[in-house]
Order: sequence, then C-alpha cells, then structure tokens
Amino acid sequence: MSDEAVPAIKPSLPEEQPMIPQPLVELHGWGRASGTMSHLAQIDSVADAVSALRRSDNRGVVPRGLGRSYGDAAQNAGGTALDLTKMNRILSLNASSEPATVTVQAGVSLDLLMRALLPFGLWVPVLPGTRQVTVGGAIAADVHGKNHHTQGSFGNHVRSLDLLMADGEVRTVTPDGGTEALFWATIGGMGLTGAILSATVALQRAETAYFTVDTHRATDIDDLMQQMSVGDENYTYSVGWFDAVTKGRHMGRAVLTRGNKASLAELPLKLRRDPLKFVAPSLGTLPEIFPNRMINKATAKAFSTAWYLKAPKHRTGELQNITQFFHPLDMVAEWNRVYGPNGFLQYQFVVPFQEAEVFQRCLEMIVNSGHLSCLNVLKRFGPGNPSPLSFPMPGWTLTVDLPIEEGLDKLCDALDTEVVGAGGRVYLAKDSRLSAATFRQMYPRLDEFLAVRREVDPTGMFNSDIDRRLELSNRTSGGAA
Amino acid sequence: MINAVGAPQSLLLLGGTSDIALAIARRYARSGLRVVLAARPSDRRTAAASDLASLGCNVTEVDLDARDHESHAATIEQAFAGGDIDIAVIAFGLLGDPERAWRDPDLALELAEVNYTAPVHLGVLLGQRMQAQAHGWIVALSSVAGERVRRSNFVYGSTKAGLDGFFLGLGEALRDYGVRVLVVRPGFVKSKMTTGLDEVPLSVTPDQVADAVVDAIKAKRELVWVPGPLRVVMSGLRHVPRPLFRKLPL
Repeated sequence: MSDEAVPAIKPSLPEEQPMIPQPLVELHGWGRASGTMSHLAQIDSVADAVSALRRSDNRGVVPRGLGRSYGDAAQNAGGTALDLTKMNRILSLNASSEPATVTVQAGVSLDLLMRALLPFGLWVPVLPGTRQVTVGGAIAADVHGKNHHTQGSFGNHVRSLDLLMADGEVRTVTPDGGTEALFWATIGGMGLTGAILSATVALQRAETAYFTVDTHRATDIDDLMQQMSVGDENYTYSVGWFDAVTKGRHMGRAVLTRGNKASLAELPLKLRRDPLKFVAPSLGTLPEIFPNRMINKATAKAFSTAWYLKAPKHRTGELQNITQFFHPLDMVAEWNRVYGPNGFLQYQFVVPFQEAEVFQRCLEMIVNSGHLSCLNVLKRFGPGNPSPLSFPMPGWTLTVDLPIEEGLDKLCDALDTEVVGAGGRVYLAKDSRLSAATFRQMYPRLDEFLAVRREVDPTGMFNSDIDRRLELSNRTSGGAA
Repeated sequence: MINAVGAPQSLLLLGGTSDIALAIARRYARSGLRVVLAARPSDRRTAAASDLASLGCNVTEVDLDARDHESHAATIEQAFAGGDIDIAVIAFGLLGDPERAWRDPDLALELAEVNYTAPVHLGVLLGQRMQAQAHGWIVALSSVAGERVRRSNFVYGSTKAGLDGFFLGLGEALRDYGVRVLVVRPGFVKSKMTTGLDEVPLSVTPDQVADAVVDAIKAKRELVWVPGPLRVVMSGLRHVPRPLFRKLPL
C-alpha cells in the first residue's frame, strides 16, 4: 500500500461515536445566583473528552471541576460542560527531585492531593480558601492563597500541562520552550483555551502538617493595613479578616492571622508521633432549608462581633492544624446554602499599593451600603505572573460575600468604577456580574489572550457563560482586533 | 447572559416602537446593553433607536411586519445575528374600533393576525432559538381583556385570550430547556394605543408595566397583572354569572 492511500487518522482519536443525547441539567457556580442549563458530559478518559468535543454543536464545550468558582465560569447554556471530576488519578510522583513534582489528572482535588502527599512530607504550594477545588480548576482560575505575597499563585508552580485542544489533539505546554504563550493564556484562562487533562506541579516539603500562628486584633482598618505592611514579610502565610458591618470608630476592626509551617521541633511531644497527620473534621452538610435574608442586620452584627471578640488581642506561636489555619469553611459542606435560594456573590478586587486610599474608600462604601457581608478577607499580594488574565498583582485585595438583594448591582457598579480608576481589577473566579466593557478596562492584556484563542480555537469550540457575558471569545469579541 | 444581579446583556423588542417595550428597554438600559429593535421602518423607530443609544445601548434596527408571515423567519434570524438574546419582548398589538371590528371582516382578520397569529408564529420561531441557547426570557404582552372576554371589545379580547393561552403553554414547554416565559396582563394602559379613549379605574402607565416586568423577571415569575390588585378583580369577574356580567358597565 502506498503512503497516499493511508487515511490521515490521528491515533488518539476514537472512531466516530453515535450521538447519545445528554439531558440538560441546571449548572450554577458556588454563588448559586445565575444558573443555566447545560448538557453535562461525564468524562472518564481522554477518549471520552475527545468524543464529547467531537459531538458538541456550535454551543461548544467547557471543562468543569467541583463547581467552586462563584459565577458562571463552569457552565455553558445550551452547550456541553465536561465533568472532569472522575479524571482523578495521581499519575506519578517524583519525591526525590528538587523540587519534588507530582503529575495528576485535572480532576484530582486539592483535598485528595494533600492527603496523598502528606505522608511523603510533601505539600501543595498554593491553597485557596477551600480544598474542594480540582487541580484543573486551580490552574484555570490561577487561584491564590494566604502565601501569595511570598510564593505567588498556583500557576507559578505548574511545570507542564496536557491540554486537549479544539482540534482534538492533546498538546503538552510548558512555561518556556516555545509554548509559553499558550501555557500562560491557559493559566487563569477559565478553561477557554482547551481542557486541561493533566498537570505537573512543583511541590514543597513539610516536616509537619501544623502551623505556628500569630494572631493580632486590629482596632480599625488603618491599624490593620499598618500592621500588615510592616510585618507580612516575616510570615509565609498572612490574611486579615475584618468586620464589614460595624460603622463609625471601629469601622474595619479586624483579626490578623499570620503563620509559618511548623518544624518538627516546634511540635509538642504528643503531636510528634504523627506530625503529618491530616486533620479534617467535618461538622456535616448544611441542609437546603435557609430562606433569603438569613444574613440580616441582627445575624451579621452578631457574627461579626463574635468573630472579632473570640480572637485573642495578641497571641503568638499557637499551633494550628490545616483545617483551622486554611479551611475552616471546609468543615461544613454546602455552606453556601445559608444564603437562601437567591444566592450571593463574592466581590474580590485588587488595587495597587499606592492606591490604598481607593481601597479604604471601597471598604467604606461597602460598610455604609447596608449590604451585609460576614466573610471578609483582606490581603497583600506579591508580584503577579506572566498570565494575561491572572488576577493577582502587587497591591491590596479585599473580598466580601454579599447576598443578592435589591440595589447590590448599584453598589458593585460603583465599586467597579473606583477599582478601574485605580488601575485595579476584579477576580474572574469570583465574578458573576461584570459587563464586558468594564472587564476590558480591568484586564488591559485581554487582546493577548484573544490572540492565543484565535490561533488555537478559531471556530470557538470552547465556550462558556462567562465567555459570552464578558465577550472572551473571537466570535463575539467586542472591539478586539 | 443575565448576570447574577439580574442585568441582561441583550434585549429583543418585537414591536420595538411600542411604549411598553421602550419603557422596558429604558429600565434595563446601561452602557453596552445590546438592543434589537424589530418594527416597521419609521421615524418612530429611528427616534426610539437614538433614544436608547443616548442611554449607552448598542442598538440594531430590524424590520418586522406582523402580517407578513413569510418575513418572520428572517426577522428572527437577523435579531439573533449578534448573539444570544436574554430577554425577548413581544409587544406589538392592535386595539381597533371595537364596534367596527365585529362588523368589518377585514378589520377582524387584521386584529386576529396582528394580535394572535403573528405572536404565535414568532413565538414558535423564538422558542426554537431560545431552546437552542437554553437560557433567556420571552415576555408576552397579554391583557386582562383576554382573561374574561367582554361584549365591549370582544374581538380584541379574544385575540389576547388566544395569545395568553399560547404563551402560558409555551412557558411550560420551554421550562425543561432553561427558558422562561412571562405573560403580562395589564389593565388599561395609557399609551399611544389608547390615545383618545376614556380612562378607567386602575389604569396604568407604560412605565408601571415596565416596572412590573422587570420585577417579575427578577423574581422568576411567569404571570403578572398590572397593577397587582387587578388579579383579585379579575379573579372575581371570571366567576360572575353571564346574565349578571352582561349588565355590568364594563
């Protein structure tokens, strides 16, 4: 047989499969506020992913992990969402190299990964506020944690990615060596450059699974920012919780928690027997019984006051376990139900350090708005990374959880104006309401991202609701070259 | 996409020069809102487009002729050319002289076509598009005149009764596809359609109808009366025996 007679079949692709109609299911983000109907395709293998891609129509596909992004990033109205949570195998571990690396399928959760790595004395380099996110999602949102000011975001620690592309091929991309544009567009790219199938991540070493933690109360927002500016560099991990309900003299009173990984020598004898024990207690699952307005003036005030007062004025060297230090909310499954059927949104923004005044003005706007937020986080970011859509930049970041109520759109629009004016931005993994025009002002490197997408996905196979809302695709891009 | 705080990204106004449709558009207007105005070409349409553009909307004008059924598919095609539609409002309609309407077969036919046949035809076409995109709202302007048809304007009332039933049913059919239909039953609306007619109690303005539509979509309701108390009134009127109903000054 001559070469010409051989049909060009890509070996990785299965034969055309018969159409299996998938029912439409409602998908929404963690905020539960803007659900739409997508076909949910269960992906158990690379072959499944390829065939789902082939079977998709012009509404396209988007990868989905554990659904922890707050808005509409992992849903695709009328199209397909690839449920990658069953692609959850750890493929290889190289514990002896420096740094140690692990290669995992995209659906491995950080919870699973931590449990697997701790016995080897290995540590996931970046942990967001929950362990219930997949590695694929952590990369697509370029998540950050309490150590951003010292160690950057998740993407900084990724060594290579296997990406299922719109053309059905799987390509390995790395931060250098000719594939860097696609690599960095994928970091923070919200799953729109292709589906991450597996990733190799550089790890850290840990002698124990405990932290030595210093806690300080701050009497107001100035005090908090002052304390953070001075002392943050002495700690790997740092975060402030502040009271966003109390007005007046104590506005922005806060609890600052900072810590470092504990060494073996710092553990009491009792804990030294099992220093790498993974402590993750569960208090159960919140039932679906909460009405709207559960978070009201009375409950928000009581919570905020209790949270502030329960913290010690000043305490150093306390030992805390992983869940206490990183993921207190993980103790309660489905905690988002407390906001009732209307759902909530999380507003997280960053402004450069020199715009501290804008930062404080935003905080005042939130406190004085009458919209009530209990889970409020303030942090200093370190340098960003080369990704065009990554969120962190050097500056102050603030996060508030706001129940969806009348007038919330006005507050958020007003905050957007301040943030844009200061050269800051809003975090896409949290966003559920930005307009395309405002988004473009916040992410001046959007065109770089669009250029990569145009090249790797000219027909717009990868699609999602956030893509349509923010006009991140080539088909609907507003004003892109 | 309608975002988490209820702001749509795109509107389609079928009957884009109707006072109610424009009042709805002004409620949602914000910088970057895409509005497709489908109506017969006219100065009114041009004026409506520039009014919405001055509020920051990106306006596209599309031709719509309710009685030319052949043209409907192209109208819908053009309306969706710019992408998904989040909220489509079917707002065109014809009142007609009620005493002429039941005597003049041409006028009766025109009312039936404009108020019922065309909305049904366009509703099916819209339904197909909405089903494919699996999100969005269709808003149909019905009337209390269709809830219990009265002697005084029964040709008009019967067309609205048909429209009302069709869109309530379409809403049920599209539910499983993530698409919602809102049927709006206003009472007497002071608009260009009713200019010259005597006002009746509980009459409303187009702005009040628009407020009710925006609130209903936010609350994910599928049937709304404007003003709200009309629901109670109509609920009573529906059950008034025919001999008595005949004597009421309605």
